[in-house]
Amino acid sequence: MAQETRPEKRSATEKGKSQDRRTFLKQCLRGSPLLLGILPLEAEGAEEEEAYQPEEHLYGMGIDVDKCIGCGRCVDACKNENDVPREPFFFRTWVERYVVREEGEVEVDSPNGGIDGFPLQVDDREVQRTFFVPKLCNHCSNAPCVQVCPVGATFTTEDGVVLVDPDYCIGCRYCIQACPYGARFLHPETRTAEKCTFCYHRVRRGLQPACVEVCPTKARVFGDTRQRSSPLARFFRFNKIQMLKPHLNTEPKVFYAALDASVG
Amino acid sequence: MESAELYAHLHLVLKQVTGYIYPNEAELHWGLLVVVYPYLTGLVAGAFILASLERVFNVKALEPTYRLSLLTALAFMIVAPVPLLAHLGHPERAFEIFLTPHLQSAMAMFGFVYAWYLGVVLLLEIWFDYRKDMVVWAGQERGWRRWLHLALTLGATDVSEKSVALDHKIGKAITIIGIPSAFLLHGYVGFIFGSVKANPWWSSVLIPVVFLFSAIVSGIALMVIIYMLSCMLRWKKVDMTCLDTLATYLFYALVIDFSLEMLDFIHRLYEAEESIKILSQLISSKLFISLVILQLFMGTVLPLVSLVLFSPVLHRRALVQIPDELRRMMYWGVAILIQLGIFSTRWNVVVGGQLFSKSLRGLTVYKMELLGLEGLLMGGFLLVLPLFILALLIWILPPWSDKEVSMQEVAQG
Repeated sequence: MAQETRPEKRSATEKGKSQDRRTFLKQCLRGSPLLLGILPLEAEGAEEEEAYQPEEHLYGMGIDVDKCIGCGRCVDACKNENDVPREPFFFRTWVERYVVREEGEVEVDSPNGGIDGFPLQVDDREVQRTFFVPKLCNHCSNAPCVQVCPVGATFTTEDGVVLVDPDYCIGCRYCIQACPYGARFLHPETRTAEKCTFCYHRVRRGLQPACVEVCPTKARVFGDTRQRSSPLARFFRFNKIQMLKPHLNTEPKVFYAALDASVG
Repeated sequence: MESAELYAHLHLVLKQVTGYIYPNEAELHWGLLVVVYPYLTGLVAGAFILASLERVFNVKALEPTYRLSLLTALAFMIVAPVPLLAHLGHPERAFEIFLTPHLQSAMAMFGFVYAWYLGVVLLLEIWFDYRKDMVVWAGQERGWRRWLHLALTLGATDVSEKSVALDHKIGKAITIIGIPSAFLLHGYVGFIFGSVKANPWWSSVLIPVVFLFSAIVSGIALMVIIYMLSCMLRWKKVDMTCLDTLATYLFYALVIDFSLEMLDFIHRLYEAEESIKILSQLISSKLFISLVILQLFMGTVLPLVSLVLFSPVLHRRALVQIPDELRRMMYWGVAILIQLGIFSTRWNVVVGGQLFSKSLRGLTVYKMELLGLEGLLMGGFLLVLPLFILALLIWILPPWSDKEVSMQEVAQG
C-alpha cells in the first residue's frame, strides 16, 4: 500500500525523438501558409508546361465496322454537341446500313442519318451479310474541299483537322460539290458551309469527340497519329485498314477496319 | 429561302429520292442561277470570237455585225456576275475573292480572268474602236449626248489620221489578245466543273473544250438573232451574204461541238467506269428530255441537218435552194433551237451532275421554284436583262454602218 512512485513521463526528446508534440504542431502552424501557397504555384506551372502545341498532334479516327451496332447515339450526340439543326438534311456524321442479299444485291439506307437507329427489315429474302458504317468528314490530308475554297475560309489546322471559318465563308458551296464523301452541308441559318470538326473545341482540351465519347461498343476510336500511346496506334496494329474512295487520292484520316467492298 | 420553307421543300425532295443518297445530298446546291451563269458567259465568249473573225481574219462579209457583237458581248458580260452574287450565302463578302483569293481555287482565279476580260479586252476594244466616232459625234450633237460622248472619249480627242491609225493598230492587238482571253473566259468555267474529281459527270478533260465550242455556237446563233432583229426594228434589208457567212461559221462550230460531245459519250460508254450504271440511269430517266431531246436532237442534229441542206455552208450554193425569206425563217428557227439546246447543255451539266448521289446508288430531284431569288422568274429576268442593256448601249454607241464616221467625215469635221 505504499504509494508507488509513478514513473515520470519522459519527454519526447528523452524518448529519443527529435521534438515533442507541441513543438511539432507549432511548426506545422508556422509552415501552413507555405503549404497553401504551393498549391496555386503548382497549378500555374502545370498550365505553362501543358500549353497546347498543335504541331505535336495529327488527329485521325479509326472505325471498326464490325463493332458498330447502328444505335445512332453518335449522330444524336454530335447534333447535341454542335447545335446541328435536327432536320434530316444536315449531318456532321451519320450511319449507313448495308444489307447484302444472297443474289448480291446491295441495299443501303440511312433513315434520318440513323439518329434513331434503324427500322427492322421486313424483307423476307435471304441476307448474306449486313453491317453498319458510320460516316463523317475524313479530314483528308489532301482535302479537295480546301483546294477549291475561293477565299480560303476552309483550311487544315497544324494538327490535321479541316475547319471552316464561318465568319469568312461566302457560301458559294464549291466545297460541298468538291467533297467526294458528302460530308458537308450548308447551314440553313448561318448560310455558311459546315461539317464535322472532330469536335475540335473538345479535342483541344484533351477530351474525345462527342461521337467517340458516347459510342457504346467503342466502334469509333479517336487518336493521334503522332503519339505512339494513342488508341489509334493500337487500332492500326490490330486491324487491316481501308479508306473510303482511296483512288481519289484525298488521303483521308478516317480509317476503317472490316470495310466491305460494297461501301462507297 | 427561309428555313421553314427550305425544310418543307427538302421534305418533298426526300420523298422523291430513288435508291440511296448521302443524307446531306437532299439539298441540291447549284440550281438555276448557276445554270444561267455559264450560259451568259458562253454567249459573251461566242459573240466576241465572232467579232474577232472579222477584225483579225478579215472576214469582210461579217462587217455589219462587228460592232453589234462587241456591244452584245459587253451587255451579257455586265449581267453575268449577277446570278453568281445572288446565289452566294453571303454576297456581302464576295469582294474577298478579289482581296484574299485562295490561289489554288479555280473559282478564285476566275474572278481575275473575268476582270481581265471585261476591263482589258472588252472595254478597251470598244473604246479604241469607237473613239474617233465619239469625238465626231460629240462635235455634231447637243445636250447631254454631247457631254456623254465627250466624257467617254476620256479627253483623247485627237482624230488625225495618225491617231486613228493608232486606234486601229491597238484595237487589232487587243483583239488578238482577246481571242485567247475569250477562250480562257469560258474554258475556265468548264474547268471549274471539270476539275472536281468528286463528281464523275463533271470530272473530265473534255468539259472545258466542250464548254468553249458550245459557247461559240451559242454566241454566233445569238448574233444571228440579234442581227436579224435589229434589221427588222430598223426597217433595213438583211445582208444575206453576212447572214450566210454567220451560218457557215455556225455550222463549223456546231460540227466541232457535236463531235466533241459524241466523243465524250462514246468514251464514257467504252471505258465503262464505276459510275456508268448510275449515269446511264440518269440519262435514261431524269435527263432524257433535256439531254437526248433538247440538247442532242433539237439543239444539235436538227440545226446541223437544216444548215447542211438549206444553207450554202459546204459549197457556194446550198444543197437545196430556197428563197431568201424562207432561209431567213430557217435561220430564226435554227438560232432559237440552238439557244434552247445550249441552255439545256448547261442545265444537263450543272443540275445533271447533282441529280445522282456521290454514293453512285441513287437519284434525287431538282425542284425549281417560281418566285424567289433562285426561281424561274428570276432566271427569266436575268436572261432578258442583257437585251435591255444592249438596247441602252446601242442608243449610246450606235453600231450601224451608216452611223459610223468615215475618215472623210473626220477630215471635214
